[in-house]
Amino acid sequence: MTDMLAIIDRLRPDRGSPAPWHRPGLLVPLVPVLLLAVATAAPGLFTGLAPDAIDTDAILAPPGPAHGFGTDQLGRDVFARVVHGTSLSLTIGLGATLVACAGGVLLGLAAALAPPVVRAILVRLIDVFLAFPEILLALLVIVALGRGPANTLLAVGLSSIAGYARLVRSQVLQVVRSGYVEHAVALGEPRRTIILRHVIPNATRPLVVVATIGLGHAVLTASALSFIGLGVVPPVAEWGALLADGRNYLDTAPWISVLPATVVAVSVIAITILGRGLQDLLAGSDGS
Amino acid sequence: MPGSPRSRTAPAGLVVALQRLGVILSVLWAAATIAFVAIKAIPGDPVAILTGGENVVDAAERAALVARYGLDQPLAVQYARYVAHALAGDFGQSYQYRLPVITVIAEAAGPTLQLAGAAMVLALGLGLASALVSAGRRGWLRGVLSGLELVVLSTPVYWFGLLLIVLFSFTLGWFPIIGGDGIPALVLPAVALSLPLAALLAQVLRDGLEEALAQPFALTIRMRGVGEAALRLRHALRHAALAASTLAGTLFAGVLGGSILTETVFGRSGIGQITIQAIRTRDMPLLLGLVMLSALASVLINLSLDALYRRIDPRLRRAAP
Repeated sequence: MTDMLAIIDRLRPDRGSPAPWHRPGLLVPLVPVLLLAVATAAPGLFTGLAPDAIDTDAILAPPGPAHGFGTDQLGRDVFARVVHGTSLSLTIGLGATLVACAGGVLLGLAAALAPPVVRAILVRLIDVFLAFPEILLALLVIVALGRGPANTLLAVGLSSIAGYARLVRSQVLQVVRSGYVEHAVALGEPRRTIILRHVIPNATRPLVVVATIGLGHAVLTASALSFIGLGVVPPVAEWGALLADGRNYLDTAPWISVLPATVVAVSVIAITILGRGLQDLLAGSDGS
Repeated sequence: MPGSPRSRTAPAGLVVALQRLGVILSVLWAAATIAFVAIKAIPGDPVAILTGGENVVDAAERAALVARYGLDQPLAVQYARYVAHALAGDFGQSYQYRLPVITVIAEAAGPTLQLAGAAMVLALGLGLASALVSAGRRGWLRGVLSGLELVVLSTPVYWFGLLLIVLFSFTLGWFPIIGGDGIPALVLPAVALSLPLAALLAQVLRDGLEEALAQPFALTIRMRGVGEAALRLRHALRHAALAASTLAGTLFAGVLGGSILTETVFGRSGIGQITIQAIRTRDMPLLLGLVMLSALASVLINLSLDALYRRIDPRLRRAAP
């Protein structure tokens, strides 16, 4: 996450045409994202097989007409497990992103607007959290809470709050210095109204783009936790857990890990490119 | 410049040094506190963890263990003792290895440093090459490279790892499969770990290079008849390096976080492996030591970056600190 934020901080978006229909590049990542949405809402459309149905005649069967992604060591259809795992993996990613955004906005606002002493402490606190690799923070949360889908969501979300908080803080500081806030102050609007009506909406606008890219990142981190064996625990169909399952069969049945991992990779890439496209689009319509 | 920088240099330098020491200590203290709170929040009986199960020791032995690890003290005393010892570099004994934490970490650091070093060198090489070749050019090469970087950047490290193992170890048999040591065993993990870092570096370097090449000084240098390659290598790169080095902290975090995953994929021993072990077995002293180590490393990197900025950018050297 921090690296993503760093890129967004540093890179000036390309000045493209503001109209989406002139940007076929935006439509390409939309296809996998739509497929993901369908797989989440109605996994039955993609596969008739249940994720935990065991076919003892086809143990470790390679990909073929009957099993598109092959089967695993228990004879479960890998494709069905990937499709049915979509909703859990995306829910964890989305939930984690929401937790991170909400926490980031609160912490960022406080770190910009609180009384000076509190502000200084909060800024230092954000710095301390940014000093750790995110996955280490997520692992610490897992240590305290235990494994499982809900705890994975919390771990990923909490561990990326600091990055969002830094972004929100810098945005708030910019907005506070702007002409319209000065204007509102001069008009005698109460502080509460200024913060709620002017500062928060304007300071959180860039979050839309960052959260889109952050969603891809959250899905990655969550699957990484499960892959290590400290996120969602195997019998549950979740993307990272699927990969971890297949690691012991890499030499005889590489499809158990490699194909689900490819689905994760393509999904995250699509979400990220969509986020980047969104960034260019918004920058274009700003005329900046 | 307000004031006269030259006359204030010596005392200002001392003040800056003290300030930096304060920063280091406060970050370390905060890190120790966060880790302590996180670990005390864990449910479970530390004695059971120490001995490998509930009720396998009798009361007398239990009391001895509790006293030896200081678990009978009030929480405040445990905390104060912990922070004081930790700042002195003593994290106590690992529950699991029954060795001083520092020893366990020092032993695991070797393979991880090798992996991290190799990955950083590879990432720098790849990132520099990609940025230098494509910066400021309009054409297919830039498009292909920056597209590739975007893809690599959002790809899980373990995906590269799995593909590399399947392709080069199982199918082609060029590299050892799992674990092992020496250079051959280092190649695949280093490649897997370096790719995302290289992509990140390339993007930021290219951005910096393009900004530098658009400056008036680039035109001046071109007018002197200096070739394009020399302009990029000798002049523009220095500007871009400043932008890229702000990322070094992020890169370090990427290496450390990435090494946890890479070591799992490739079955290597190292810091990542003992971190996961410490979490699985709830080996608190070891975990606290690891957290402090990562905080210390990141603080030191950021401080040395400050010094590096001064070397790269002479304007900072002239200005008063």
